[in-house]
Amino acid sequence: MTETKRIVVVGGGMVAHRFTEAMRDRDADGQHHITVLGEEPRAPYDRVALTSYFTGKDPEELSLGTPELWDDPRVTLHRDALVTRIDREAREVEDGAGRRFPYDHLVMATGSYAWSPPMEGADLPGVFVYRTIDDVAALRLYVEARAKELRRPVRGAVIGGGLLGLEAAGALQGLGATSTVIQFADRLMNLQVDEGGGHALSRLIENLGVSVRCNTATQAIKPDKSGRAGRLTFADGGEMLVDVVIFATGVRPRDELGREAGLAMGERGGVVVDDTCLTDDPAISAIGEVACIQGACIGLIAPGNTMAEIAVDRLLGGQSTFPGADTSAKLKLLGVDVASFGDAFAQTPGALELVYADPVAGVYKKLVLTDDARTLLGGILVGDASAYASLRPMVGSDLGEDPAAWLLPEGSGERPSVELPDEANVCSCNNVSAGAIRCAVTDEGCTDIAGVKACTKAGTSCGSCLPLVKKIMGTELEKAGIEVSNALCEHFDMSRAQLFSAIQVSELRTFSEIIERFGVGRGCDLCKPAIASILASLYNEHVLAQDRAALQDTNDRVMANMQKDGTYSVVPRVPGGEILPEHLILIGQIAQDYGLYTKITGGQRIDLFGARLEQLPSIWKRLVDAGMESGHAYGKSLRTVKSCVGSTWCRYGVQDSVGMAIALELRYRGLRSPHKLKLGVSGCARECAEARGKDVGVIATDKGWNIYVGGNGGFTPKHAQLLVEDVDGATVFQVIDRYLMYYIRTADRLQRTAPWQEEHEGGLEAIREVIMEDSLGICADLDEHMARHIDSYEDEWKAVLNDPERLAQFTSFVNAPDQPDPSLAYVEQRGQRRPATASERESGAVLIAPSTLEVRS
Amino acid sequence: MTTTASAPTDQATRVLVCAYDRLTPDLGVAALIGDTQVALFRLADGSVHAVQNLCPFSGASVLSRGITGTRGDVPTIASPIYKQVFSLIDGTCLVTMDKEPQAGIAPDLVVHPVTVDNGQVYIDLAGGP
Repeated sequence: MTETKRIVVVGGGMVAHRFTEAMRDRDADGQHHITVLGEEPRAPYDRVALTSYFTGKDPEELSLGTPELWDDPRVTLHRDALVTRIDREAREVEDGAGRRFPYDHLVMATGSYAWSPPMEGADLPGVFVYRTIDDVAALRLYVEARAKELRRPVRGAVIGGGLLGLEAAGALQGLGATSTVIQFADRLMNLQVDEGGGHALSRLIENLGVSVRCNTATQAIKPDKSGRAGRLTFADGGEMLVDVVIFATGVRPRDELGREAGLAMGERGGVVVDDTCLTDDPAISAIGEVACIQGACIGLIAPGNTMAEIAVDRLLGGQSTFPGADTSAKLKLLGVDVASFGDAFAQTPGALELVYADPVAGVYKKLVLTDDARTLLGGILVGDASAYASLRPMVGSDLGEDPAAWLLPEGSGERPSVELPDEANVCSCNNVSAGAIRCAVTDEGCTDIAGVKACTKAGTSCGSCLPLVKKIMGTELEKAGIEVSNALCEHFDMSRAQLFSAIQVSELRTFSEIIERFGVGRGCDLCKPAIASILASLYNEHVLAQDRAALQDTNDRVMANMQKDGTYSVVPRVPGGEILPEHLILIGQIAQDYGLYTKITGGQRIDLFGARLEQLPSIWKRLVDAGMESGHAYGKSLRTVKSCVGSTWCRYGVQDSVGMAIALELRYRGLRSPHKLKLGVSGCARECAEARGKDVGVIATDKGWNIYVGGNGGFTPKHAQLLVEDVDGATVFQVIDRYLMYYIRTADRLQRTAPWQEEHEGGLEAIREVIMEDSLGICADLDEHMARHIDSYEDEWKAVLNDPERLAQFTSFVNAPDQPDPSLAYVEQRGQRRPATASERESGAVLIAPSTLEVRS
Repeated sequence: MTTTASAPTDQATRVLVCAYDRLTPDLGVAALIGDTQVALFRLADGSVHAVQNLCPFSGASVLSRGITGTRGDVPTIASPIYKQVFSLIDGTCLVTMDKEPQAGIAPDLVVHPVTVDNGQVYIDLAGGP
């Protein structure tokens, strides 16, 4: 066995993370030990998503990969370790604390720093750069403090109108500051988009309230009376009042270590490496932004990840070389789509440009084609970049007879479908080709998007390629004869979402009409409950109305929860978990009278177990007579709204969380959905109600409420993600109305909110646009639909009590209606009863037979 | 005489269970004949079927509360507990949901002959297949 090689990685950013992860994945024999020396006080994080720090993400949520990577015995991560010197002779590096780390191979991944021009006033308080979590945190503190002092909106300016500048402008807006982007060039993002694209971008961004000044050179930042940044002066003599300034004037490689160690340097900085990422010292590689590869340093994550993979491959004896940087990018800046790929500026000789511009809609699209107008060379998409995922991998491929079809607005016609070549790069973040995705299906047996993601890493970084990954996977599965069927079952070819619209549009209301029109045969245990649920979502009629009883799943059919021995549990509704003492006593009394086993549930209710079918109506009646109702602990429906005690009693609460929880539970009770729904409300940021583990979590703030969506417990737990911040009570209802209704209409059968949200095209951002900005124009419809639900709510248990026909279904035997099921048997445990096991029945240990359980009252 | 779903029954051993009109299409009911529990179904086509009420996979007497359906042309009943699917024609378990039946219980159901005579439903426990 060979000796373990010591690899030292200088720098703890995204590329260092990729290197470490790839090495641990591929170094099967564990021959390499990796020491990562990071200057920041935290493990590598997703710097690209830095702005999301303002939309409520914790720094931890920006973490890359799984934390287990750093627990691996073959990986050591030193935080706060700023390397100050490379000793090439001794093969050691030294950090600021004087610690020395010997290496067999050194990997430089020091990245770059935010460069600010040598400008008067650049060192004043209130001037920031935008690069690390600490930069962003400092900016946030400053803006929040200034806002308090000034008692008016803080005036922000961003110097630099590139990608980072627009990110920073968005961040300022997110902090409640006004923002102006000051750009030296004649248009925004001049490195990525052409003139037409730049103008479209300016218009879109100005519509969002960000001011843009192009062709403007900033001369100085002047202090105000307190000595903080107060005024910008421009070369044309103009001025502008500011309270905070962010420099987004580009980045420079952090190459000083290499320079001091005498490594070859690029003309404009950066440590020179060859196509295998080696520097002129064969024991040192450089990857990411610090590396000057093929003559340039590249400030994008995708080429950085590629370099990390190459460095790993070479250390393991591989032969890979750098293929050239793919500088394609698709971004969502301030909610505006911008994408640029391939030869975006048509520099190829003879290249043709095909432009589609719609100034009203704020869309600019350009394709660059070869002189025969067939082969795609590159393109620019502003305002609507939905075609990016399909187009970017087509660079170098034939677009077919009518390339213009690719530029038409989405939904205006069929986009041409062209088979991608195997080598086409589909996921540029993780360098995954179309061939690799096909392989995952054909060789690895992946049959769903989660499998393909796990297997290839495609779509795990920015996610913009997921629609395409899905499409390639689908085509491949089809070829392999594996049906990628969204079909509900053998009786319906449609998916649940399709069927939902079909039923809605056709206005059919009975199962027999629906299956006759849209299906075949007579239905089964899969499609019947699904259609019953759709009908309930659409019309909110009683679950046992008309022919519906026979469609309902186990629990809905009798409106209680079937347990393992065929008896039921009843869970009275306790909205928000608030209960009157007399109701508490009543529940106890019912349990005693019927000999029911009682247990407190996870949803702040009390569960009464062991009620027989024929006993259910009389139990419900006891509840109804006392002003209570039974509750949904069953069905694909709203279950409970859990709450903490909130501001009425709690020393820390800032809002009445119980009041909000009760209002929400009464609003959505009875709502049928593709899967169960749970809500939670916390009265302050301490989050005692664990609302972020719920489908919808509402958390009080000083100013109102934050709404989180898509949290799930269960088999694959997920924390809910922030949807909106600091909204008032009425808005809480409106936002949740729309979120739930949109989910109900579009989710798959038995798909919970977390996977729905994840698989929704465009993810949560797109859902936010549907709900908050009405991007599909359906909000009024969603509102109206939910209003109808709320108005038509009825106590479904009470309704049965008043209906002799339905009541007849609650009998034990058709020929002996009052005879209890003779096969039931119980034993006592901890002072209550539970179903006897098979061996207890055999041994005669059964203590309680049903005949002894007659109702006392 | 309305419909028979199984072999003719012996007039002597059959037991009257209920009126045919008491049965709602596709909504099962349980019947108690001596100590034996039977699940009884009237399907949309008017036919009536009877199988054991005991679900082999849970040991609970619940099949009457399952959902009726079809697999291909075969009318079926799905157990409300773990969702196994059984043929109503011959009782075969068509979908096991990757589970084993309870110890000592066969996976397939016993089917009982049913007759509908003069608007009355009769089950013949003795006349098994």
